[in-house]
Amino acid sequence: MSLSYSCNGHICENLLVMDSFVRFLKEREQEQLIKILSFLFYIFRHDDLKEMLDSNKDSLKLEAMKRIVAMIARGKNASDLFPAVVKNVACKNIEVKKLVYVYLVRYAEEQQDLALLSISTFQRGLKDPNQLIRASALRVLSSIRVTIIVPIMMLAIKEAASDMSPYVRKTAAHAIPKLHSLDPEQKDQLIEVIEKLLADKTTLVAGSVVMAFEEVCPDRIDLIHKNYRKLCNLLIDVEEWGQVVIINMLTRYARTQFLNPNESLLEESSEKAFYASDDEEDEDKKAEVTTLEKRKPYVMDPDHRLLLRNTKPLLQSRNAAVVMAVAQLYFHLAPKAEVGIIAKALGMFEPYLKSFYIRSTDPTQIKILKLEVLTNLANEANISTILREFQTYIKSMDKDFVAASIQAIGRCATNIGEVRDTCLNGLVQLLSNRDELVVAESVVVIKKLLQMQPEQHSDIIKHMAKLIDNIQVPMARASILWLIGEYCEHVPKIAPDVLRKMAKSFTNEEDIVKLQIINLAAKLYLTNSKQTKLLTQYVLNLAKYDQNYDIRDRARFIRQLIVPTDKSGALNKYAKKLFLALKPAPVLESPFKDRDHFQLGSLSHLLNAKAAGYQELPDWPESAPDPSVRNVEVKDSVCAERTVLTGPEGAGVLLLQTTRGSSNILFHVLLHHSHSEQSSGAEDRKRGRKAVKNQKSASESESESESSESEDESEEESEEESESDTDVRKNKTIAPSGSIKMYELLHRITGEGLAVEYCFSRQPFSPDPNMVAVQIQFTNNTNSETKNLHIEDPRLQSGMRIREFAEIGLQPSESVTVVMGIDFCDSTQAANFQLCTHTRKFFVSIQPPVGELMTPTFLTENNFKKEQGERTSAHSRFNTHSCPTDCSFSSKHLSFFSSYVVVTPPPPPSAPVYRFAGKTVSSGCLVLVTVTTKEGGGAQLTVNCEKMVIGTMLVKDILQALSQ
Amino acid sequence: MIHSLFLINNAGDLFLEKHWKSVISRSVCDYFFEAREKAVEPDNVPPVIRTPHHYLINIYREKIFFVSVIQTEVPPLFVIEFLHRVAETFQDYFGECSETTIKDNVVIVYELLEEMLDNGFPLATESNILKELIRPPTILRSMVNTITGSSNVGETLPTGQLSNIPWRRAGVKYTNNEAYFDVVEEIDAILDKSGTTVFAEIQGVIDACVKLSGMPDLTLSFMNPRLLDDVSFHPCVRYKRWESERVISFIPPDGNFQLMSYHISAQNLVAIPIYVKQNISFFETGSSGRLDIAVGPKQTMGKTVECLVVTVHMPKVVLSANLSATQGTYNYDPVTKILLWDIGKLNPQKLPNLKGSLSLQSGAPKPEENPSLNIDLKIQQLAISGLKVNRLDMYGEKYKPFKGVKYVTKAGKFQVRT
Repeated sequence: MSLSYSCNGHICENLLVMDSFVRFLKEREQEQLIKILSFLFYIFRHDDLKEMLDSNKDSLKLEAMKRIVAMIARGKNASDLFPAVVKNVACKNIEVKKLVYVYLVRYAEEQQDLALLSISTFQRGLKDPNQLIRASALRVLSSIRVTIIVPIMMLAIKEAASDMSPYVRKTAAHAIPKLHSLDPEQKDQLIEVIEKLLADKTTLVAGSVVMAFEEVCPDRIDLIHKNYRKLCNLLIDVEEWGQVVIINMLTRYARTQFLNPNESLLEESSEKAFYASDDEEDEDKKAEVTTLEKRKPYVMDPDHRLLLRNTKPLLQSRNAAVVMAVAQLYFHLAPKAEVGIIAKALGMFEPYLKSFYIRSTDPTQIKILKLEVLTNLANEANISTILREFQTYIKSMDKDFVAASIQAIGRCATNIGEVRDTCLNGLVQLLSNRDELVVAESVVVIKKLLQMQPEQHSDIIKHMAKLIDNIQVPMARASILWLIGEYCEHVPKIAPDVLRKMAKSFTNEEDIVKLQIINLAAKLYLTNSKQTKLLTQYVLNLAKYDQNYDIRDRARFIRQLIVPTDKSGALNKYAKKLFLALKPAPVLESPFKDRDHFQLGSLSHLLNAKAAGYQELPDWPESAPDPSVRNVEVKDSVCAERTVLTGPEGAGVLLLQTTRGSSNILFHVLLHHSHSEQSSGAEDRKRGRKAVKNQKSASESESESESSESEDESEEESEEESESDTDVRKNKTIAPSGSIKMYELLHRITGEGLAVEYCFSRQPFSPDPNMVAVQIQFTNNTNSETKNLHIEDPRLQSGMRIREFAEIGLQPSESVTVVMGIDFCDSTQAANFQLCTHTRKFFVSIQPPVGELMTPTFLTENNFKKEQGERTSAHSRFNTHSCPTDCSFSSKHLSFFSSYVVVTPPPPPSAPVYRFAGKTVSSGCLVLVTVTTKEGGGAQLTVNCEKMVIGTMLVKDILQALSQ
Repeated sequence: MIHSLFLINNAGDLFLEKHWKSVISRSVCDYFFEAREKAVEPDNVPPVIRTPHHYLINIYREKIFFVSVIQTEVPPLFVIEFLHRVAETFQDYFGECSETTIKDNVVIVYELLEEMLDNGFPLATESNILKELIRPPTILRSMVNTITGSSNVGETLPTGQLSNIPWRRAGVKYTNNEAYFDVVEEIDAILDKSGTTVFAEIQGVIDACVKLSGMPDLTLSFMNPRLLDDVSFHPCVRYKRWESERVISFIPPDGNFQLMSYHISAQNLVAIPIYVKQNISFFETGSSGRLDIAVGPKQTMGKTVECLVVTVHMPKVVLSANLSATQGTYNYDPVTKILLWDIGKLNPQKLPNLKGSLSLQSGAPKPEENPSLNIDLKIQQLAISGLKVNRLDMYGEKYKPFKGVKYVTKAGKFQVRT
């Protein structure tokens, strides 16, 4: 109530002001007065709303915002409220806030300076602990199209792209095209963000980032390689809209990367033709041989198959756009034999003929499309059914549809010879139809049909000649005249009479009819000049003075051509040939043809014109590009990569072979060494990776796969980024690699759907350097959320300590990795504890192999020898074993060990010595490993360590590993 | 993708506009109005209209044109499906999707549109997610809100957004747990003059109303699943289990949703529940005609045919109709030229009949074609295809839900040619 009073008060006040104005301007003219009045109204019109927005009651603000939004929705201008609204951007009430956002997005572009006032609020919002607020701050920030904030947007997008919440990352993906359209110069930076988000593993992000990819850099197919398989596998769980975008993009991708599955069939047939040809010519044979060599039998790339397989279930989607996307994918990518599966979903092809029968209540465009389908489905077997159906259509009240039906009959008649006469007869019957449009359309179609075999149908031509008296539609009249002129020899008696009638009505005819009258006259003059000479000249004279210059031109041209005079040249002789040449029969074409080159289901395909932003569907490549570009290192092989970074060939082989053992000591030692030696530089790393690649073919390392140079780089980036990231992210990036062994902590079945695996990540455990980092991966295989996962009640040997991970929750099918630290006190005793969820408790234990209790250390050769000497002499245990002969060391290994491992022995080439140094994690006591190779191929292993147990176990484990 | 949306009523009033990118002047709709005028019937407006700088993709639903403005290449079906989803969301929120309800709830409509699209790309379209973000209006809530000043807008991210079952909201609680399924089949058919079936097929849907607490995992099985030909599912349905076992296994969304739709093709014999005898003729002289329509039961499987309505789109020259019906009421609208005969329940003992004379515009030639008849009907407790639900099992929750299945057969596009 108080509200309306105050409003009234305001209006009174306004009126008073106006009143004084009126008095002041008494003498002025009325017109000006009105102008001023309307201006005043304009100034004060939203005063009540402003007052409400300025109040400190949320309910009043909300009411005002609701009214403003209603104005915007109706398309009314509310821009003058901007200052009053923008003040409320930081309002606590979330609904007010949201409506302010709506307002801002609508008007910020018009009021850029004022809009800047709101920016700091959004920047604050970007840091909010609530993910919804972070996301909506980014949404609005990226939606207010104000160029000056481009750098802020860029920063916000980059940050959001590595947000913990996938929802915020999705919002970041959405913001990319917004920024791109605001400032295309940001493209390169945005592509980096896209690349990063493409690697995201959540279904929520996938659709949005592919959408961004399609808008910003659709030609950067190379960004898809590494994510191709992941996208295929995620597809079924992505939301519907994302599915459409991803499928369309992958269709294009596949056309650039795989071979045409239908090509091989074509080639086979051409090959046969080759064989059939005479085999005498040697040259030909040679050519044949070479082509045969080139042609390998077609085998579908498994990735191509993966795409076809993973999209197929989506044919069952409720969303027609998804079904269409899959259908077009099969149409463009599948082997011919498999395209059939889409037919069912789309209801195409013959068995479904009747589904395309037309009801009188169908919308016109549906009728036309159904007619098109029916016409295309027509064949010898079903044509009689279809024609009977068409007969019904001709009687329709919708005349456009009738015309289209007649055209369709014409097309059936041209395509299927058997029914041509039937169709023609049917059409001739239509000539007596009362509707002129029907008759006219029939004439046009009959004309085309007759052209195919005119001799047999002179009676029809006669019939049509009679029609000229009644039909008024110009196109039909013109068609009849053309027909009579063209086949005047079949109707020699009627033709001159028709010309006579036409000469009479010439002046009243439409232009196209006049042209055909001239045409008819000329043809008759050439074939039957005795009867028609005068008529022709009369017609030409009329045409000479016609208003239309085309007709005057035509008359002059024809007179010169057909009437022999002294001046007329050589052409005159050929006049008859010119006019009465045999003309090819026209092809009755579908109005829908010629659009095949567009991607099916696209807007461009529908319009048969290239729409802005349409991406051409490329042709299949001649030969398949390297399929290995799609190979992905299994999960994050960061750790594994680093271990082998350094070794040249050979050494790596040995390394991998030895490390596959249970203890993984050498591996471990090396890993940490290179880790601490990060300064060795990217160059070295790359070299190292190449080495890995090469040896891969030799060794059967199952987990890793080849990678190209560019990916290396991208990976490095992601490594660096992840390192600067929060803890959670970090844990993800050091997910267990294939070469680090995973141990089972809890089986899926005993865990009632909760599966837990762990591995020793071999990274320093940052909260406590004396602990071994254990990386634990939880997978929730149930359909319900698992909450409050945490550790309880650890039972440890004296001195052992445990550092638990923070409590976590798991969504259904989610996998989460955490890291915990355990101080094993340099023993291989198990750590026992309970793993608790919100409902259950499980007893589990972790027992470390001895190799996992160590971390690498760096010693110079002299130090190594010194330490070794001390230990040997003092309190270490010395052990000598000879290695199995099969693991022979060669001098090549030398460089590997000497440059990167612990020490640089100046070796006599015949007997190299390898030295490794490490220390135990818990107490930090040195462990020294020496391998002395002997010329006979054997080797001696020495382990020096203060802790006897560790030393013994290490020797045992290394030998076991080497002997495998 | 989708640049702007305009809602236009049947009279051509543009009553709502929303832009997701820069504002596009509403004058772009002039191209639409032009096409609308040319099309005469609203159904005949081409779904995609090309203008010099934009493309207009529209749907017509509940007497409203949803006209979207597109600037670049996008699959048209994508847009059309989305517009339908918008209309369905309005229906879900306000009970009906009409001009009045949209105008009455314009703020919620605007908030919904804001959430559903971001920069023209769909963001949240699942009803369960939207309802957590923006609560649907109820009388009670709007009263409470006016008093307490609390809002209709959720403050935290809907749980569905992050889970891999985005269609279901978390923390659902009911005191009465119930799950209802409606098997609704529509017969699409064309009968010719003599009453023989030219073509018939069945389009079926299973609508569900599931109000179950927690995270129920449901399995619905049929007595005769082989009947189903072409099926499409709500995203919640596990496709693999359908493939291997022919059962519908799913964690349902909360509330009303369409579980699946199916198609039973013309190959299977489709039972036609009624027959129609008709005789419509126009005389060459006298500007008049006769009409005689009788309807009777054919294959009704012992059930009663209800809500029987015959609609005839008369030729333009028919000025009025002077008829008498033995049952129900008839009405001829001389403006739209539609004759509507509302019969109601079909009584097999006393067959309804409508006959009488039609008067035509004098001097006009008699119509070429007889108008076809469109039939509407409803049969309760029958799925005409014979489809039967076998059982519904629930896993994952301990309570005992109340379950129910209902069958209805309706006429879809059921036309009798004359």
